[in-house]
Amino acid sequence: MSAPSTLSPAAPATDRAPLTKKSLTADHPTWCPGCGDFAVLACYYRALEKLNYPHEKIVTMAGIGCSSRFPYFVNSHGGHYIHGRSLPFSAGISLGRDDLHVFVFGGDGDGFSIGGNHLDHVARKNVRLTYVIMDNFVYGLTKKQTSPTSPIGFKTKTDPTGSFDQPINPMRKLVDSGATFIARSHATQVNHMTEMIMRAAQHDGFSVVEILSECVEFYPGAFDAANPRKGGAFPLIDEKKHDGSPEDANRHDTSDDLAAFRLASELWPGRFGVFYEKKRPTKNQLEADLIARAREKTKGASDLQLLQNTFARMR
Amino acid sequence: MVSPNSAATPGPQGNAGEVRTLNDVVIRLAGNSQDGIQTIGGFLARLAGRSDQEVMTYMTIPSTISGGPSIFQVRMGNGDILSSGDQADFLVAFYQHSYESHLSSLRNGGVLIYDTDHVKPNLDDKRFTAIGVPITGATVEAVGGSSKDKGKNLFVLGLIARVFNLDVEKLAALVKERFGGKTEDIVRNAMLAFDAGYAWPADNIRDCFYRFDKATASASASGRPQVTMDGNTALTYGLITAGVRYGSGYPITPWSTIMEMLRAELPKYGGLFVQAEDELGAISYAIGFSYSGHLAITGSSGPGLSLKMEALGWAVMAEMPLIIINVQRGGPSTGMPTNVEQSDLMQALYGSHGDAPRVVLAPRNVEDCFYIAIEAARLAREYSTPVIILTDMALASRIEAFDEPDLAKIMVPPSLDLSPRPADFKPYPLDRITRHAPPGSRIGSGVYPTVTGLEHDEMGHPTGSPALHTKMTAKRREKFKALAATLPVPEVFGDESGEVLLVGWGSTFGPVREALGRLRQNGTRAAQLHLRHLNPLPQGLEDVFKRYRDVIVVEMNDEGLYGYGQMASLLRARYANPSIRSLTKTDGLTFRVSEIVSGVTQRLTAATA
Repeated sequence: MSAPSTLSPAAPATDRAPLTKKSLTADHPTWCPGCGDFAVLACYYRALEKLNYPHEKIVTMAGIGCSSRFPYFVNSHGGHYIHGRSLPFSAGISLGRDDLHVFVFGGDGDGFSIGGNHLDHVARKNVRLTYVIMDNFVYGLTKKQTSPTSPIGFKTKTDPTGSFDQPINPMRKLVDSGATFIARSHATQVNHMTEMIMRAAQHDGFSVVEILSECVEFYPGAFDAANPRKGGAFPLIDEKKHDGSPEDANRHDTSDDLAAFRLASELWPGRFGVFYEKKRPTKNQLEADLIARAREKTKGASDLQLLQNTFARMR
Repeated sequence: MVSPNSAATPGPQGNAGEVRTLNDVVIRLAGNSQDGIQTIGGFLARLAGRSDQEVMTYMTIPSTISGGPSIFQVRMGNGDILSSGDQADFLVAFYQHSYESHLSSLRNGGVLIYDTDHVKPNLDDKRFTAIGVPITGATVEAVGGSSKDKGKNLFVLGLIARVFNLDVEKLAALVKERFGGKTEDIVRNAMLAFDAGYAWPADNIRDCFYRFDKATASASASGRPQVTMDGNTALTYGLITAGVRYGSGYPITPWSTIMEMLRAELPKYGGLFVQAEDELGAISYAIGFSYSGHLAITGSSGPGLSLKMEALGWAVMAEMPLIIINVQRGGPSTGMPTNVEQSDLMQALYGSHGDAPRVVLAPRNVEDCFYIAIEAARLAREYSTPVIILTDMALASRIEAFDEPDLAKIMVPPSLDLSPRPADFKPYPLDRITRHAPPGSRIGSGVYPTVTGLEHDEMGHPTGSPALHTKMTAKRREKFKALAATLPVPEVFGDESGEVLLVGWGSTFGPVREALGRLRQNGTRAAQLHLRHLNPLPQGLEDVFKRYRDVIVVEMNDEGLYGYGQMASLLRARYANPSIRSLTKTDGLTFRVSEIVSGVTQRLTAATA
């Protein structure tokens, strides 16, 4: 954690009961029975229980889409913003208040289509927050239109003969954008999901977890190839341990962006786990440094003195 | 009030070397954008401010990246200077095109100073006193070296200082302050050019020496010194004075200078400003800051405001405090990006979707840009609402002098309210104005609020209830009725009742006030009412309007399909008063006083015919 910006209060003592699923539960989810998003919600509760942040410092944000209903089902400060723009909104929260823990939830349409530009730039700026993308390869809330991750050939109401636009590869896009923690998981793999969300939350920077979360209504079976219970395989990324052992040479170096790019280019269903993890100064830190340098220059002048000096120069 | 036609304005009459006194003078400098004429215009404006003289400037800048014709007009003098002047008393022409384009702005009997190295004037034209000075050559000679003709703006400043007997010591101090951060050479060259202009053989210009009438110099009423700045600067420091420390924006002319200043200034005050990836991101960062507990600012110009509209709708629905500045320019689309227009009124009032009421304010001059920022912050906080400030290109770039604000008295410290909320806390109570609880504040009930763009109940839960949508829509409307009830009836300047009431908003305040003076001098019983709060409108306007046979709304936008400008349409719809009529224009330039006088006179004649 960097020095909090001047207007942010210090964290209070944790003189209270630990977080529980019960205290974190709000409205009953409105998702269809069998939706992958239920499991993501359960893992979020579990991750928060383990992280045990002060309850009032957790912020759960979302844009628009099925998955973006998330904040109503979580008892924490939070908000349901407009389609595609939840990232700059949440980046504002994070930069305004370094003492908070900001989590953003959304889908593939929200994140990669209407919000694609924001994703690139918040990643580039490395604003400290965690973004969970529940990717179902289809627009569900609006009832089955093509999404930016829909595979070629997938039939939707907007592509009745099958989609033919090249889909986005989320992992490659994120590596290129400059996200500093990039992971991928599957909504049927509860322990893995929880671990990924926790590692993302603990990362000092912009962290993203893409979770393949099946839409049972409009794209059933989309992710069976990575679900062992449906005859698929769930291949994990073997992260380099830097222990000098011979087998370590073949493991994935998560600090290597080219290796992450290659890994992300493997054939469907690809691998799961952490693709990329890099320590790079956050915008939160760089802005705090800028403030510190500016204040050093003004030699402790009060806000009023600064203003008065400025006006005196304009006489 | 001093009009350009007063006896004391300069003219070619009189004996050589005689020094005439004058009340006010309009100097137009015409050249290219890279000649630094804005710089000397700025020096003149600040000098006037430091000499307790009133000053107003007018500037046109080409929208091209470099080069292209540019002018700076300074009107300085004693008494109230309310507009930048219809006609120039002095024209300095740097080039042939400057001469040709701007000679018509010089009044009969005015003085033309031209650069003999670039301009071949028609010397048979006896309407003006033409004085040729080899500005380019003399500057090169004075500065020497490889500076080419850089510095000819300062040469001209020296020339003007000599003609108007300006305070050279104060001017030199201004030049040194301006270039002080640079190398010694630059300051030295600047002063060489200035001195050469000042010492230019007086023979050539001996017919026109002037001195400002010190006797009528009005000491400022407040006893505080004057400060000189443009409207964007006044807005920027108004925001800081109001305790605003966070913001986000995206570059667009003429808004950009506000974001540049905020980016440089806010860190000194412990805040920050984010240059966002686009306009949608910019307003979203700003709403995020506000949600986090820091009242934030975003801004743009016309097309950028359009891009922010969806997010503005969210801020209305979620009742989030926010300040949005719109520096209006000529539209629609890219339109006339470096010209002025007041054609975003309807967008500011009604842009976005659904029933989305918000506060809209408009500053009347540069000084008011400072104070309106403070008012915007107050209203955003008290009524938990987005507030739009409608300023414009003319206010953004013109420099005026005004009494230094009493900063110690009016400064608002930034505040972040993270106090624990009681167990009965509701984010959207139906019987009260919303008070946002930012994250970090503990809620007594243990139930944390969700802010949302969906229609919601008092706890922020989504609802499809017809009754709740009706009630919540009313809640978001009624708070502005409560606000309107607190606004005083706007001051009426002029006759208490009579033939015509001139209504304006925004930057037309000065020219309308001067036009009013002329109309009343001509025997018309007239008054001015200037609106600062555009939404909600203050109470009591209907009674004021009834006291005049005609109400003419003066504004810089189109008369539209039905013959009424945007504010006129709004007032007619609101007050159903057929006396409300319209005087509009769309040439991208500020109103001249004479345009208002003749426009109003025509309409009055037409009404009586």
